[in-house]
Amino acid sequence: MAPPAEVLAIRGLSKTFPGVRALDGVDLVLRPGEVHALIGENGAGKSTLIKVLTGVYRPDAGTVEFQGRQVSFATPLEAQKAGISTIYQEVNLIPLLSVARNLFLGREPRTRLGLLDFARMNREAEETLRTYGVRVDVRQPLRTLGVGAQQMVALARAVATDARVVIMDEPTSSLEPREVETLFSVIRRLRDAGIAVVYVSHRLDELYAVCETVTVLRDGRRVHHGRLSELSRLDLVSTMLGRELGEVRAEGLTKFSGDHHAADTEPVLEAEGLTVPHKLHGVSVSIRPGEVVGLGGLLGSGRTETAKAISGALPIRSGKVVVAGTSLRGGSTPGAIRAGISLLPEDRKSEGIVPGLSVRENIALAALPRLSRFGMVSEARVDKIVNTFIERLRIKASSPHQKVGELSGGNQQKVLLARWLAMNPKVLLLDEPTRGIDVGAKAEVQKLVDELAEDGLGVLLISSDLEELIEGSDRVVVLKDGAVVGELTGEDVTEDTLMRTIAGDAPATAATKEVATDG
Amino acid sequence: MAEATVRTAAPLDKARILQWLQTYGVYAGVALLLIVNIVITPHFLSAENFRTQAVQVAPVIIVALGMALVIGTEGVDLSVGAVMALAASVLALYLGYGLLPALIAVALFAAVAGLANGALVALLGVQPIVATLALMVGGRGIALVMLPQLEDLHNPSLASLGSGDIVGVPYLILIAAALAVLIAFVVRRTTFGRQLLAIGDSRPAAQLAGLPVRRVLMVVYVVSGLLAAVAGVLATARLQASDPTSLGNLMELSAITAVVVGGTPLTGGRISIGGTVAGAVLIQLLTATLIKHDLPPSWTQIAQAIVIVCAVYAARGRGKR
Ligand SMILES: Nc1ncnc2c1ncn2[C@@H]1O[C@H](COP(=O)(O)OP(=O)(O)OP(=O)(O)O)[C@@H](O)[C@H]1O
Ligand SMILES: [Mg+2]
Repeated sequence: MAPPAEVLAIRGLSKTFPGVRALDGVDLVLRPGEVHALIGENGAGKSTLIKVLTGVYRPDAGTVEFQGRQVSFATPLEAQKAGISTIYQEVNLIPLLSVARNLFLGREPRTRLGLLDFARMNREAEETLRTYGVRVDVRQPLRTLGVGAQQMVALARAVATDARVVIMDEPTSSLEPREVETLFSVIRRLRDAGIAVVYVSHRLDELYAVCETVTVLRDGRRVHHGRLSELSRLDLVSTMLGRELGEVRAEGLTKFSGDHHAADTEPVLEAEGLTVPHKLHGVSVSIRPGEVVGLGGLLGSGRTETAKAISGALPIRSGKVVVAGTSLRGGSTPGAIRAGISLLPEDRKSEGIVPGLSVRENIALAALPRLSRFGMVSEARVDKIVNTFIERLRIKASSPHQKVGELSGGNQQKVLLARWLAMNPKVLLLDEPTRGIDVGAKAEVQKLVDELAEDGLGVLLISSDLEELIEGSDRVVVLKDGAVVGELTGEDVTEDTLMRTIAGDAPATAATKEVATDG
Repeated sequence: MAEATVRTAAPLDKARILQWLQTYGVYAGVALLLIVNIVITPHFLSAENFRTQAVQVAPVIIVALGMALVIGTEGVDLSVGAVMALAASVLALYLGYGLLPALIAVALFAAVAGLANGALVALLGVQPIVATLALMVGGRGIALVMLPQLEDLHNPSLASLGSGDIVGVPYLILIAAALAVLIAFVVRRTTFGRQLLAIGDSRPAAQLAGLPVRRVLMVVYVVSGLLAAVAGVLATARLQASDPTSLGNLMELSAITAVVVGGTPLTGGRISIGGTVAGAVLIQLLTATLIKHDLPPSWTQIAQAIVIVCAVYAARGRGKR
């Protein structure tokens, strides 16, 4: 018998959670060497499909054929041993173990006595990671790495096992353009070795760059499959959202209106000389009401740290933060929040959502004191706010009482945004606000940022998505190694100048100015 | 064959059963024990017997209420038994000034004990089990220094607090019931309750959301200390004697058992006050049943252990698959 043409064949897969039909008879066929895009709105069922396939959840119905045999994995480990290697959407490594241990988890090299061979493990880990452009001390606990670097470790780990199928659920959400390139070259290498890849992403240009075929999910059903090149971007978006082509075209794909009319007034936020040992060296940023200021820079350049220092989540050694004329004492998050600063953190899973509480409780969490009288929560007021934001941000949950931990990644992000918008902040610090959000919702979030700026809010925008950063910001402050290396204004806010400023060879004509950088 | 299609219904049902057990198992257990006792235990169905059982369980319930709050923050308070002893000593020392001043003194001591626990946990970041262990050992020591041996107390108001009643319902039961309702209200309806649960579920997220994490933790440990003191005073009032040597011995374990059996997970973020009360009642009924039928005390411990294992097993199944 000839070997089957397909390495993986999923047929009629269904999965129902209480209140949601997450998958409804989905088919998906993969041939060796095929790079397959799996796309759909937030909550369409992409992650669920992957989890059912790899034994995290059990299907209600359907069959899976892997290398010609019926399979049903009981655990992700079983799937991995059989040859299906997965990078889940939520990085699932072990934060307290060292980077090297994480990389070799479950297949550690042993000495002849059967003990762990740490020397070899560390050496090989370092070598492997260097090919991915990650230079770190592999003996450090994983959690000391940024989210992006952690994602690269997860990638290296998934590829290092002898897999026939590699699944990547939004692998680029925290990566820099340069790392995305590394990732793509890894994918091409896998493809050439005859390994099939399933690629989930909300960034359309990435899909077109590496994927050959596509499956579109909508509300748990497969609504399209075929070659990606035969589908234009607009077609793709309209199938995904289930809206008319004309409608999508009229709305366009990016939602930023462009410049805002930042009042020529006093800044609403002034951060001066923020210094955090080993992380920030005298970073200064100011934001006027109605202005969107972008923070540019590579991974580890101090963008997240700047946002955290401003919001009081990271204690500063020196420097000051002034909000609307009043100076904050550093290191107090409640203080900063009371003054009107809201931070949407980068690491949604561990620092953002409270997974065991409901959508409703999560949205109301920060605003609770305002929604209460004499310490008692006014349920009516909570309901009002919660319903407003569920509608406004189109949060997809089976009910406001569903646990946030059960929502799809993008919807969790929307819940967090709602939490902060409910606070009516003066300054909004957005660290990767559209990470993992589908095109429809992304456009909405961007529109929202615009509207908020229009209403006089000061916004600090951090995004690895250059297009978003450039189009969304009125001004971009560029960081490198924890210090400000330049600022782009007006005409100079382009991807090109940004890249050159980061590289350190901005042309003399550009309106980049050196900002004082002390120790 | 179509393996993937067959192995589906069973595990899902198992998860549902476990979830049901964790939430309602304790009530079912109480109902079952009541029925069994009505059938096999002579004179079980008498007002007098119910009174006795309820009066015995009241202090456990009161301590368990505080413990439930602490466990809801992903902590534990091992010092509750010692605080009961401390309350007994302080009460005996100050009773000469009258009941009210003595009670105020007790409250102050308990609040300081709770503050010490809270400060270690919230400000210094000591693990709750370690932080409260110090007071568990030291607290009883201090109690014994203040009052080295059992002392009979002769105070009419204290005596009536311990054995008086309103239309046949002992004060002890009324107080325990009122406190349970109050704590349930705090957990469900107040800002404090919501914040407490969020902190228990994800402390980093709560911190970044600007919740007053330290203050909430401090208050939780103070409340736990105060409730333990209330239990200590009531138990002392019932005995009409202050007994810092043995009062509240192993109370921390009974309270934790009641909370866990009642469906509150040790991992924090969820609190069932009704379950906690029922958990205390369940353990009480179990003990009483075994004693009534002349089984040795070691059996009671084994039975408790079995109940705990069941509770932990049911908790494990939650939220999976
Ligand atoms: N454990 C769970 N319990 C209940 N419902 C769930 C659970 N996991 C997922 N869901 C629901 O199933 C649906 C599909 O979710 P899924 O995570 O697969 O979406 P997704 O396509 O990966 O979205 P995203 O792009 O946001 O990651 C959603 O409505 C989600 O709320
Ligand atoms: Mg997903």
